[in-house]
Amino acid sequence: MSRQSNRTTDSKKMNSELFTLTYGALVTQLCKDYENDEEVNKQLDKMGYNIGVRLIEDFLARSSIGRCQDFRETADVIAKVAFKMYLGVTPSVTNWSPAGDEFSLILENNPLVDFVELPDNHSTLVYSNLLCGVLRGALEMVQMAVDVRFAQDTLRGDNVTEIRMKFIKRIEENLPAGDE
Amino acid sequence: MSVFRNNMADEAAFQFLHNEVIQYIYKSAESGETENGRHIAKLENMGFRVGQGLIERLTKDTARFKDELDIMKFVCKDFWTCVFKKQIDNLRTNHQGIYVLQDNKFRLLSQLSAGKQYLEHAPKYLSFSCGLVRGALSSLGVKSIVTAEVSIMPACKTSREVLIKKSN
Repeated sequence: MSRQSNRTTDSKKMNSELFTLTYGALVTQLCKDYENDEEVNKQLDKMGYNIGVRLIEDFLARSSIGRCQDFRETADVIAKVAFKMYLGVTPSVTNWSPAGDEFSLILENNPLVDFVELPDNHSTLVYSNLLCGVLRGALEMVQMAVDVRFAQDTLRGDNVTEIRMKFIKRIEENLPAGDE
Repeated sequence: MSVFRNNMADEAAFQFLHNEVIQYIYKSAESGETENGRHIAKLENMGFRVGQGLIERLTKDTARFKDELDIMKFVCKDFWTCVFKKQIDNLRTNHQGIYVLQDNKFRLLSQLSAGKQYLEHAPKYLSFSCGLVRGALSSLGVKSIVTAEVSIMPACKTSREVLIKKSN
């Protein structure tokens, strides 16, 4: 009986380990392909963006969440639904700016960095930068332009991982011109 | 219904990542044969390292394997289930170092629409997984060559065969 349940939790864990190890292999490959960390960071952001613009549809289909009323609601959905769904962790939402247009996602424990150590010659690498791209791409598809960056990173010695998200503006829907 | 869907979301995360990795490797695509081969090799090698790592985690507390067939069965059942959420549908062997694993509903291909047009792209989507299997076997002490083949069977089922050849 307990062996059964070990299997299912193992299998979920395994899946996240598959993801984590694959991500590690990707970053390793990028470090080989590009000369410096800045380029790798950019590439990770770009790939993340590509994933984000597709992931949003998958997310909306799975979660049946309606339009968010404001940025606060968006933050909650990102933390409590999206992160939980795809990465199995729930960051906390804190450090709201007085204007309500900027907040932090705090991750006690970032699944992407299990088993990872940054070597000294890669001190400016933002290892999990893919996540920034994903968030940016996904939100762009729901008409929000945001700026996403890592404020703290456990791989670089901080206690927690902090992602800072800032609302820039609402994107106007561009209706196709002409024929239709 | 929603619980079932949620369970597959973590799989989706890997699939998105996997697809993006393939796009990245192929983006500087000159479409010559040699270039294609190099890209496939890169993907396969990535899979290899991931497979090695995964199997170490998976077999931490497992008892020793009796023999090669035992190892293959482990790959077909436990490893395949952990990675692809299902067991292999069919395992055949000639008892002389060649094993054919058949998966009738390979998950990483399920997003590509059925039909002939994707067939030429299928190898891209299979290389990483071949590497995964080769890496897993390597950590278990078995040197191998792993290749995969996709065939479309009647009634629109795709079948993916993985051929594992022991190499010395």
